[in-house]
Amino acid sequence: MDILVLIKQVPGTNKVEVDEKTGVLKRDGVDSKMNPYDLYALETALRIKQNKGGKISVLSMGPPQAESIIKEAYMMGADDGALLSDRKFAGADVLATSYTLSQGIKKIGKADLIICGKQTTDGDTAQVGPEIAEFLGIPHVANVRKIIEIKEKSIVVEMDMPETVEIVDIKFPCLITVEKDIFQPRLPSYKKKLETKDREIKVFSLKDFDDKNEKKYGLNGSPTQVERIFPPSVNNDKEIWQGNSDELTEKLYKKLKDLKFIQ
Amino acid sequence: MAHLKVNQEKITDKEQLIKICPFGAIEEINGKIEIGAACKMCRLCVKKGPAGAIEYVEEDIPQIDKNKWKGICVYVDHVEGNIHPVTFELIGKARELASKINHPVYAVFIGENIKDKAEEILHYGVDEVFLYDNKELVDFRIEPYTACFEDFINKIKPSIILVGATTVGRSLAPRVAARFRTGLTADCTVLDVKENTDLVQIRPAFGGNIMAQINTPNTRPQLATVRYKVMSAPQRNDEKSGKITLMDIEKEKLNSNIEVISVTKKEKEVSISDAEVIIACGRGVKSQKDFEMIKELCDLIGAQIAVTRPLIEAGWADAKRQIGLSGRTVKPKLIITCGISGAVQFTAGMRGSDCIIAINKDEKAPIFNVAHYGIVGDLYEVLPRLIEKIKVSKGA
Ligand SMILES: Cc1cc2nc3c(=O)[nH]c(=O)nc-3n(C[C@H](O)[C@H](O)[C@H](O)COP(=O)(O)OP(=O)(O)OC[C@H]3O[C@@H](n4cnc5c(N)ncnc54)[C@H](O)[C@@H]3O)c2cc1C
Ligand SMILES: Nc1ncnc2c1ncn2[C@@H]1O[C@H](COP(=O)(O)O)[C@@H](O)[C@H]1O
Repeated sequence: MDILVLIKQVPGTNKVEVDEKTGVLKRDGVDSKMNPYDLYALETALRIKQNKGGKISVLSMGPPQAESIIKEAYMMGADDGALLSDRKFAGADVLATSYTLSQGIKKIGKADLIICGKQTTDGDTAQVGPEIAEFLGIPHVANVRKIIEIKEKSIVVEMDMPETVEIVDIKFPCLITVEKDIFQPRLPSYKKKLETKDREIKVFSLKDFDDKNEKKYGLNGSPTQVERIFPPSVNNDKEIWQGNSDELTEKLYKKLKDLKFIQ
Repeated sequence: MAHLKVNQEKITDKEQLIKICPFGAIEEINGKIEIGAACKMCRLCVKKGPAGAIEYVEEDIPQIDKNKWKGICVYVDHVEGNIHPVTFELIGKARELASKINHPVYAVFIGENIKDKAEEILHYGVDEVFLYDNKELVDFRIEPYTACFEDFINKIKPSIILVGATTVGRSLAPRVAARFRTGLTADCTVLDVKENTDLVQIRPAFGGNIMAQINTPNTRPQLATVRYKVMSAPQRNDEKSGKITLMDIEKEKLNSNIEVISVTKKEKEVSISDAEVIIACGRGVKSQKDFEMIKELCDLIGAQIAVTRPLIEAGWADAKRQIGLSGRTVKPKLIITCGISGAVQFTAGMRGSDCIIAINKDEKAPIFNVAHYGIVGDLYEVLPRLIEKIKVSKGA
């Protein structure tokens, strides 16, 4: 069985602020890590492989530095990895990202099961998985919280809905996005690190794809555009209380009473 | 092709220019400045860099005819015909937007045996409900539902589609957007519309303390998802208005590679989304056992307890109690935040609350920008005193 896991490199901190005066984004350092939700996706693949055998590939789209998360995936047990990196992919929104990844998936060859994380901590849309499934023309199930059975031609999973839990059987090839906590992700192993330190990471760019139409990638392939960015608004109609704890408590108590939250 | 052009001769200070990029995408390669693959096209370097150093070059692209797309459509989110209340909130918003551009408001309702339920929607001021009622549609399965949506879009050509950011909506909307190669903006917190029918979509972005205004200038339809409780539901009218139109779709289009084996009801949980009073705790609360104090206060004022994301990550509370962009949106009458800094991802989930009281010992904490009453103080000093006071008054 061929399993493909999609992983993304995200900023290690979320301390981005807008400088009020200049409107410039400030980010402390540029350290980055694997999207934490993708660790669950990778762990799911590793568990399936333990039971059923097969091969696990990982795929990421991002700048050249994103190779580091593919190495990390090797240290956890992935067999094979590829990175899609090209300046022409820059500025991609959900649609262009999904399209690029779907072209990359076609390039690296067939997978029976594609696993995505629930969402990323920077994009935070949870939309990339379903859009890839659409571009590949395969079914998908989101919010999978349990793998029940792997059959010859399909997989049975438990899907988490707001008021119900659904058990569904999906034919291969298909894509699932998994919930946090589906399995506890393992730590990268030192032994595997040594074993895989020379393992190849394939890097593909636009010229390797079937569809080389530049208009479908990066900023040009993105139907949505960021018109402006700005700091969140400030509520001007406010009171700030300072003082010693007794005074503050008194004020708070009185306010809650005035607003009838305490009788 | 729209792209960034680097004019090396206009660069005064390379170091300075490189630092402007929050994504580290500006690199110096062999003495030349280049834009790398990490670029997010935020164009800050164009605005903030030395004049003319980095140029945004746009190429003429054929413009679509936006007049061919008319109507603002809301997807009726439901499980077994029970309509999710986010649907009504979105209808309210759609009405407001539609009146600005003089468009009709539509609802698209996909399921089985849902005719009676569709009647209910007519109490909320839609012009037309398009109904796909078929036995293959009894459970949500992605392929047939997408097929119905596609059929609806091809026949009706709506300009804007609003979808609740529920489990179903988050699965269906991207699929539809990809099929039409159009834009989809997730979890919008503010929506508006321009005269040319471009939807103005605002949401927190780039994983930081910033808001982004996003539009979909040259594709239709435009799709956006919105969380429950972000918009306000309109009053239900006693009178019905508008009509229901039954839509036909070929049976072959409703095939699926997914088989639903069973659907079990979960136990109904208390949802912080519906709470009237909430006490929210952040990292200012030092240990899990201090929750006891918070819970005591909750009991005294009839509040639900909620938390920020780091507390979920620490395993202190159930994920269902997380407020924010990746948690729940709440709109209570009162929320008291204790030891919460007020990151935009958190405030995105609670700024609609009627009354916000914040306790934080750092007077510069951004939570004070959204609070109505800001208490600059130590929660470990204020809360125990408050609990005492309430107890005494109750006892008296
Ligand atoms: C894409 C993305 C999505 C996110 N989604 C969410 C989300 O849905 N929900 C969410 O909450 N976060 C979310 N986050 C995280 C968010 O950016 C913040 O990191 C988080 O909200 C901070 O939580 P906090 O305020 O509890 O902690 P901190 O930022 O550490 O703040 C603690 C505050 O407590 C104060 N304090 C400390 N001790 C005391 C005391 N004794 N008395 C009074 N005050 C005290 C401090 O002054 C400080 O301001 C998201 C981040 C990203 C990147
Ligand atoms: N650039 C990327 N490279 C690889 N996988 C990605 C990328 N962006 C998103 N994904 C996958 O899609 C999931 C959802 O991402 P998002 O829609 O950004 O929240 C992630 O958990 C990943 O599995």
